[in-house]
Formats: sequence, structure tokens, C-alpha cells
Amino acid sequence: MAISRAEVERVALLARLDLDDAQLEALTPQLAEIVAYVDSLAAVDTAGVEPMAHAVELHNVLRADEVRPGLSHEAALANAPRKDSVGFKVPAVLDG
Amino acid sequence: MSDYQTIVGLEVHVQLATKSKLFCGCPNRFGADPNTQVCPVCLGLPGSLPVINAEAVRLAVMTGVALDCTIPAYTKWDRKQYFYPDLPKGYQTSQFDLPITEHGALAIACDEQEPRTIRITRAHLEEDAGKSLHDESGAGGDTVIDLNRAGTPLLEIVSEPDLRSAAEAKAYLTELKLILGPEYLGVSDCNMQEGSLRVDANVNLHIDDPKKLGKSIATPIVEIKNLNSFRAVERAIEYEAQRQWRDWQETGRRIGEAPKQTRGWDDNAGKTIPQREKEESADYRYFPCPDLAPVLNPGLEVERVRLAMPELPAALRLRLVTDHGLSAYDADVLVNQGREVVDYFLTVAAESGDAKLAANWVTQHVLRVMNADGKSLEEVGLPPERLAGMIAKLTAGDLPSPRSREVFELMIADDLDTDAAMAKLGIAAVDESELVAICRELLLANPRVVADVEAGKQQAVGALIGQAKKRNPNADPGRVREICLELIAKGV
Repeated sequence: MAISRAEVERVALLARLDLDDAQLEALTPQLAEIVAYVDSLAAVDTAGVEPMAHAVELHNVLRADEVRPGLSHEAALANAPRKDSVGFKVPAVLDG
Repeated sequence: MSDYQTIVGLEVHVQLATKSKLFCGCPNRFGADPNTQVCPVCLGLPGSLPVINAEAVRLAVMTGVALDCTIPAYTKWDRKQYFYPDLPKGYQTSQFDLPITEHGALAIACDEQEPRTIRITRAHLEEDAGKSLHDESGAGGDTVIDLNRAGTPLLEIVSEPDLRSAAEAKAYLTELKLILGPEYLGVSDCNMQEGSLRVDANVNLHIDDPKKLGKSIATPIVEIKNLNSFRAVERAIEYEAQRQWRDWQETGRRIGEAPKQTRGWDDNAGKTIPQREKEESADYRYFPCPDLAPVLNPGLEVERVRLAMPELPAALRLRLVTDHGLSAYDADVLVNQGREVVDYFLTVAAESGDAKLAANWVTQHVLRVMNADGKSLEEVGLPPERLAGMIAKLTAGDLPSPRSREVFELMIADDLDTDAAMAKLGIAAVDESELVAICRELLLANPRVVADVEAGKQQAVGALIGQAKKRNPNADPGRVREICLELIAKGV
């Protein structure tokens, strides 16, 4: 399965990865190999097999609607790279 | 003007009224100090795992049943990937191809027109994002993120593009809010100010094709955001329809010739403003969430929800009209007040034996007192049995109707039943023979009136009503008039 450099660039943009030319050059054939490997599954005859949504045969793992203690304000913000007394600080965001 | 038809579809997010969040035990409550209702799950910390809140599933199924949706036996969770600072995990847990409910319908009545059915595409569960607190100074300072709301349960209810005007959009939202809000199902607070009900509108036009009779041309679809009230929804749709009409006349652009645009409603300016286009087209790369097991809603359990479903507004309106003989208008007024007022009316109607009068008194007087003083039904302090007692006295002729309003007010003010209020006001039923005697005396003393009536001027009797009331304040003017006319006809 062929993967173009443009496709790698797009995937990188969606994942917010900043790749330079050399990295794109190196990653393009690697990604193509990975996809080709996964693509070998296409050889399996799946006619009449129900599609599955989850790898584990489990259903209805539910909890009762009860409030449980969480983290304190201090603990929640403890590892934030930037914060003030209210919350997590991030560069100004334009609503869009 | 029927050059074009406005086409509207609505996406409504309601926050479900659970105690805890969708995937963790943090409180689902509005108004707490920022970042005090958070835990590793809703902060998206590595290694934390979500567990589904059973109550959120139950409320979603209930909503689906109320909106005439099918409830598939199998539903699953998907990750919707996008980057935004108030979305801590880098994806939103939502439902993509197998939503918990789909294919529903909501009947709306608008401007006295025949009710119309608006199809509902789907209603799916998803988690809410946090809140961005932007620097309002305009200096471009940092944005601060509050994650209290992150992970609270939302139900996104998507309609088909079946709405044809701003007024219909409002009618749809009003009915949806009535059904889901505290007045009936109570699955959500449906409070737009607090953000527990949010609306986005998709709008475009179908313009009559001047070249092909009976064919129409569709304009590009615009999604309107930042709608903070039902009034804003109406104004924005009206504005947007006119804007698209002008745009089409200028550019001739059709659907497909321009990408779907997102515009924000500016309530003060009264217009929609284009929002910043994303650099790349949206690509959410949905895939099934490996952390969450699918949910089965077996038909039997759905049937149990259906059986336990309280009577909904549409059925209630119909019942009030067909079983109690109310006008569609009165039924609407009562039902829109919520189940409590309807039950109050039903008790008054049953106890008094006169549904029509009961409806008049509840819609005109009880609701007036509630609205004027901002009181709940209970705070008004007029038990339905007392109002029914008063109405029964009215219909039996024991309470003269001109004085009923005074009695009503006193019953509320002094917490009295009808007998006590009438006694305090000195009201006694007027004996018919006494009334006849008064009328006869007055006619004898006023031959001029008798002559006028005999000459065809029936309204001359009006001059005697005031005098009759002076002799007995409880005299019913209508009855005085009738008796006088009868006596004159019989030659006094």
C-alpha cells in the first residue's frame, strides 16, 4: 500500500506534529510499511462475520450515579506547566 | 413573498441532570469555583479509565422514548479527535455510527397552523468540554481553563432540516424544552443562561428556480453558533435567511460551490459574523473507544421505560380538549405551565364539576397571581378543593358572579374557604323572590324606563341595575336585567 509524503504531512498536521524534511523523508516509507502490514488483514475472508466494536466481549460496564471525592484544586493544578490561582493557563485562544 | 423557502435544522445539546459526571464520580453541578470538581478521569490524566454513569444512559433512553425514537439494542462509544485547550484528552468521547437513540419525531404547533412533525435524526450521548475563560481586557492575555464542566453528560439532539421558519424553530425548541425540562421529564434543567441547553442552527434557502418551474436551487448551508436565547435563535435565522438571499442575488452561489460556513450570532449588532475558518477541513478520525464497553439496551428494558413514561404535553393537551371540552388555547396555556398546574386544574375541574369554568379561573386568575407575585402554585396558598368549592357555589347561584373576584382574592389573602370569605364580605345568596320584589318596586317607581323598553329600547333597563345593587349589593346585574324585562313583558 503506497503512502504519499503529502498524506504523511496531513497526518502530522492532524496530530500536531512538527516534522522537518528529513523526518518526513524517513517516516513516509515507515508508515507505508506499517499500513501495508495491517492491510494484510484484508486477505482474511470476513463474509458473514459481524463487525465488532470492541476487542473484549464485555457489555454494560456501568456505575451508579454517585458523587465521589476527586482532586483538590491544588492537586488538580499541581503539575500544570502554567497556571494561576484559578486554573490552567494557555496562550490566548481565538474562538473559532 | 415566496421567492424562497427557509430551511432550518437544529442541533440541541442538553446537559443531563445527573448527580455525577458521565465517566467519573465528580459532581455535575453548575457554579462551583473553577477546577474544584475534577479528578484524574475528567482531567485526562494518563492511566485513568472512564466508567459509564448508568443514570445518564437511563435519561438518554427516556428522552429517546419521549421523542418517539427507536432505541437500538446495541450502542457504542467513539473518540472524536480534535485539539482545543478545554478538551484535556485531545478527543471527546461521543457516539458516531451507533447512537443510543435515532429516527424520532416531535410534533410542533405554530401560529395556529396544523401541527407539523419534525423528524429527529438522532440523539447521542457525549461528554462536555471544559470552559475557556478568555482575557476580556482586549490585551490578548492568557486564556484560563476551568475543567469543572469537562466530562459532564450531554445529549446532542439533531433534527432533520424540516423546520421552515424562525417561528417554527422557536416552537420546536419550546416544545423540546417543555418535555425535557423540570416541568415534565426533568432529564435536564434546560437552562440556557447556565448552558444546560445550547442550540446551533443550520440554515439555508431553497430558491424557486426562475428557469425551471417547480424546481428550486439550494444555497450553501451556514451553521450559526453563539445563540444564547430562543429570541436570539429566531432573530439569527431571520437575519441569516435575508443575508443568504442577498448573497445569492449577488453571487449566485449554490450549495456545494462554497464550503459549509460557520457564523456566530452577535446579539447586540443583530447579525451573524463569519467565524475563523479552520486551516484544514475538519477530520475527527472517529474510532471506537477502547476504554469503554458497548452498552446493550434490551427491548424489554426499553419497554419498561416506555410503560413508566409520564403523560407528555402533546397527549395531555389532547386529553384536556377531548375529555374536558377545553379550547385548544386553554389546554395549551395549562399544559405549558407544567404538570403541577395541569393536576391542579384537573382537581378543580373534577371537584367543581365544571371544567370550562375551572380552566377560566386557573388560567386567568390563579396564573395571574402566580405571575404577578412570582409564586409557585403552593405559595399561592389556594388549595384546588377551595377553588372548586367557590366555582360550585358560582354555578349553583349561591355566589353572585360580580362578587366572585373579591371572594377569590380574600380566600387567598386570608387563607379562607368560600363560606368564610363570603361571610367576611357580607355576601349572601339573593333569594329569587326578593330579587323579583326589588325589580317590581323599581319598575313601578320608574314608569319612564318601562315606556322606553316597551318602545323597543331594552338597554333602558340598565338605569335600574345600579339602584337594585344599592338595595341589595349581592344582586346579580344579569339576573336583574332578565327579571325586569320579563316583568315588563308580562305587564309588570
